[in-house]
Amino acid sequence: MVRTAHGQPGSVSDPAGRPPRPAPPLSFRQRSEIWIRRHRVAPYFLLLPSLVLIAGLVLWPAAQIAELSFQNYGLPQLVGTVPTQWVGLSNYSQILHDPEFWLSLRLSVFSAVAMVVLTLVVGTLVGLLLNRLGSKMRAFVAAVATLAWATPTVSASVIFVWLATPDGGVVDWFLSKLPPWLDGGAKWAGFSWTNSALPAYTLLTVLVVWTGFPFIAISVLAGLRTIPSELHDSARVDGAGPWRIFWRVTYPLLRPIFRVLFLLSIIWDFGVFTQVYIVIGELGQRDMYNLGIYEYSTAFTLPPAYGLASALAFILTIILLIITVGYVRASVRQGALQ
Amino acid sequence: MTIRAAKTPSRTVRAHRRFWTSRTRRAGLNLLGLLVALITLFPILWMISTAFKPDTEWYSLTPHPLPAHPTLSNFRSVIDGNVIGWPYWTFLKNSLFVTLVSVAASSAVALLAAIAVARFKFRFRSTYLIMLLIVQMLPQQALVIALFIDFRSLNLLDSLVGLILVYTAFAVPVTFLMLRNFVAAVPRELEEAAAIDGAGPYRVFWRILLPLVAPGLVATSVFAFVFAYNEFIFALTFLGTDTAKFTLPLYVQYFYGRNGANWGGIMAASTLFTIPVLAFFLIIQRRLAAGLLSGAVKG
Repeated sequence: MVRTAHGQPGSVSDPAGRPPRPAPPLSFRQRSEIWIRRHRVAPYFLLLPSLVLIAGLVLWPAAQIAELSFQNYGLPQLVGTVPTQWVGLSNYSQILHDPEFWLSLRLSVFSAVAMVVLTLVVGTLVGLLLNRLGSKMRAFVAAVATLAWATPTVSASVIFVWLATPDGGVVDWFLSKLPPWLDGGAKWAGFSWTNSALPAYTLLTVLVVWTGFPFIAISVLAGLRTIPSELHDSARVDGAGPWRIFWRVTYPLLRPIFRVLFLLSIIWDFGVFTQVYIVIGELGQRDMYNLGIYEYSTAFTLPPAYGLASALAFILTIILLIITVGYVRASVRQGALQ
Repeated sequence: MTIRAAKTPSRTVRAHRRFWTSRTRRAGLNLLGLLVALITLFPILWMISTAFKPDTEWYSLTPHPLPAHPTLSNFRSVIDGNVIGWPYWTFLKNSLFVTLVSVAASSAVALLAAIAVARFKFRFRSTYLIMLLIVQMLPQQALVIALFIDFRSLNLLDSLVGLILVYTAFAVPVTFLMLRNFVAAVPRELEEAAAIDGAGPYRVFWRILLPLVAPGLVATSVFAFVFAYNEFIFALTFLGTDTAKFTLPLYVQYFYGRNGANWGGIMAASTLFTIPVLAFFLIIQRRLAAGLLSGAVKG
């Protein structure tokens, strides 16, 4: 070591015996940079803002929900006139003996099954169609599908209520004009779609499929473009029909994508809220509540029962977390941690 | 051998047939594509057409696809605000303010986190990623109970600032998960070359990384934009009483709830809420597809 690094006084003494020149003082910025590099804390600093936000506004409220679900917490506790009482599992036992809870859970499960299956089937079919179209037509149909996906949920819900309204709605008009062998006829004129659960959730399913299928279609299309066309060609030469080709060639190759889309659809459709809130007309008809709406109305209609609602919210969260575990595993297998 | 040869059609006939079958197939596919596009577009077109219809027309029992006497009166009543007491612009302003601030904030925060994950190996990296994947899926209608209680004690109810905070936090995971692919796609060599030439980390960020990630930033911020512009549950819960603070989705729902039979007005309000997003989407269509493909499918 003959050469002295500038700014490191005293490491090598000057042969002439002169005192070493004092180094220019490092600025705060330089010093902090050195400290960050030495302790390898740069990534933690970069993560800090997101961690603070998520911890404060997502994780902390989630923990509070868990805590509240064991408490009797209503309006008096909110304004502070009565202290919070711990009630153990009584909120949960009340829920398990509540027929409205089981009804709402059943509606959530059945509607989610219908929505997920139909969204995936329609989305996949449109994706397959997009793959066969010429490039201009493909761009056009994909653009239109994106518009359906981008339509705000509130708008889409209000539009579908209007389409299916008993007086002046186009759906009832169309159904009453259908020939009898397609179950059309005058009985549809003035049919109300939002008065009972089955028609309302039929309408909701169509609505969710309409907004949900474009995402599936575009994702499936993206997957199809990665499959070399020789595979399909050789299958066709071997005499396989389109059904066989899909299940024997396309589906196995796209299975990772389908797995993720399937799990995402379950999570989204089980937790569907805004559409239901609008289609059933706010919180009026209790027999049409799904789990999320039931939980919300328990918390935010008078008298508010935040503790009981938190127990419902906790159950909803746990159900979704179980599916989320599958989603996370599928994502990790696809390289989400790289 | 001769029998088989006689049965197969000549080469020109075969070529003809192939030409025609491929042509009819293509025509059939195009027709199918048009049909899908039409069915998909129908609700949006119906909304717009209803918005231009006078009362007598949308209330008719035989609906027509196009208004016979198009009118702007529905839009006028929405923009004048004689239904709710506030003009449309109030709600547009609220929505744009909340959306733009939370998109900018969540993009900045997510970009920092994306750089950390794409450029560094550190402890808890996998933990952080798995946490974000899970956080993204927590139901908002569950968390809103606790956030309502917290925001009440923090005086953040009936406040757009409170909404911005929530929207920023909830947009971070999805923005981050897409953005990190874009950051990872920037070749490390460029940054190393700049560092060798004496550029500090801030310079490398502003001069190299940010310009290269900018297109990805646009694509991913679309998702934060859509989330914040559409968000309903938090707005419904936090902005309970103060109509002047309503964002557009809440306004449209409130309009519908109060004027359940005025479909011309409701569709006009809904059109004014929807069209800006759809226009925005058509403009950035291509980049959006890139964002969708790089991020969402990979998780």
